[in-house]
Amino acid sequence: MIRKLTPVIEWGTLLLSTGLACFFLAIILWDLISKGAPSLSWEFISSSPTDGMTKGGILPAIIGTVLLTFITALVAAPFGICCAIYLNEYAVDNWLTRIIRASIRNLAGLPSIIYGLFGLALFVQGLQMGTSLLAAGLTLGLLSLPYIIITTEEALRRIPNRMREAALAVGATQLESIRDVVLPSALPGILTGLVLTLSRAAGETAPILFTGVAFYINKPAAYLNQEFMALPYHLYMLSTQHQAIEQVRPLAYGTALVLIIVVFFLNLSAFYIRYQHSKHE
Amino acid sequence: MNKEHIKLSATAAKLWFGTKQVLKNVTVAFPENKITALIGPSGCGKSTLLRCFNRMHDLSPDARIEGKFLLEEQNLYKGNLTATAVRRRIGMVFQQANPFPKSIYEKINYGLKINDIPKHERPAIIENALKESYIWDEVKDDLQKPATKLSGGQQQRLCIARTVALRPEVILMDEPCSALDPISTSKVEELILKLKKDYTIVIVTHNMQQAQRIADKTVFMYLGEIIEAGDTHQLFNKPQQEMTGNYVKGHFG
Repeated sequence: MIRKLTPVIEWGTLLLSTGLACFFLAIILWDLISKGAPSLSWEFISSSPTDGMTKGGILPAIIGTVLLTFITALVAAPFGICCAIYLNEYAVDNWLTRIIRASIRNLAGLPSIIYGLFGLALFVQGLQMGTSLLAAGLTLGLLSLPYIIITTEEALRRIPNRMREAALAVGATQLESIRDVVLPSALPGILTGLVLTLSRAAGETAPILFTGVAFYINKPAAYLNQEFMALPYHLYMLSTQHQAIEQVRPLAYGTALVLIIVVFFLNLSAFYIRYQHSKHE
Repeated sequence: MNKEHIKLSATAAKLWFGTKQVLKNVTVAFPENKITALIGPSGCGKSTLLRCFNRMHDLSPDARIEGKFLLEEQNLYKGNLTATAVRRRIGMVFQQANPFPKSIYEKINYGLKINDIPKHERPAIIENALKESYIWDEVKDDLQKPATKLSGGQQQRLCIARTVALRPEVILMDEPCSALDPISTSKVEELILKLKKDYTIVIVTHNMQQAQRIADKTVFMYLGEIIEAGDTHQLFNKPQQEMTGNYVKGHFG
């Protein structure tokens, strides 16, 4: 009897867990869409806030988030990828590299507010950048760095050694083998990790809180040394700090929905890259 | 019988991975324009020995090599000879076909490109290498297609074409047929026999029949040492060592 029941219980547990996870996700999405969709309009995404944030759109916040993510990518991607190449392809396995790897993994687990404080101390005050788009982008870049290193190293590790040897055997140097064979093969994995990391960074509030984000800027941020608006912070302000919270609630939901859509499209592009690659294999 | 010219040799070769000694005082010589088979049970060090000759262990930081490895009179590990220069003269074909993620044409072209062979000479070299590897007729219309679309046997012959395109003097083969079906295997074997007139070939194999079909010389290794080396026919039929006899008859291994 028990033997017969065991698979049913196991199967039931798995199904229930999956169902529960999907259920909550569906509720969140439903809540967001049902309350946010009415505020979505062309005007909402193409104009600045007006009347003390109670009317108008969120264009500066959208532009701010997109620019910020772009700077984050510029800062984190080259360093992260190069670091991962060094760790996976060149570094010998000794106590030093093991400490470096462990540190990177620990950094990836650091609360994002710590990065915010560090950015404030280093970029805003230490390097005299002031609260600005650049300081916030550099801070988010630091936050993204460990994730990019880890995902890139993971992608490089999946490339079998025989691919490297194939290049070496025809007379390629190690650098040529990495450049011509390893990196092209690992590129889809690297890009997927990069995009997922950036979509996470785009939704961060804490690291930009002290380093450059502003409640209201009357024109879209266009200069690196200026403060800027960003979607996650805008959402935070509208839902907790505004003097007319009930009045701006639809706008808050609209902002949340736009943020989700931006992140969703970033994720979608990661899936698209994977799909394209699996088609070629 | 006139004395054979020795193309490639190792004298008192020792190799450690970390603290584990994999090759123990190996001395072996491979005659020019002959096929020599390296046989022995898994883990006996035959692939490790093979990879010493084109310096494939250079990238393993825990590998330590002692002894003298000679290509003709040239010491492969001495002086300012680079690993890439060695690999240019000693090509290698691997157990699993390892095409680059590129087209058939690019796969062969890549070796030419990084070895700075002038662009206008490359198409002729590529065509020639494919013909030499007896795969030209099968791929001549699909040169721009990805090599991964080919069958395992075709991919392996393509890997051989990639190697011969660089005109090496020696070709090392590490169980080139172990992942192939019998028909593909016989095609690759046929090809190896034809390559003999231009190249010195050393092949690691687990297949006793294969060694007898294609090899002029056979070297039997066990636990990092050479137990017996000699003419294939003699080694299989009148082995000098009891252990060799037991192995080739399939009593252990």
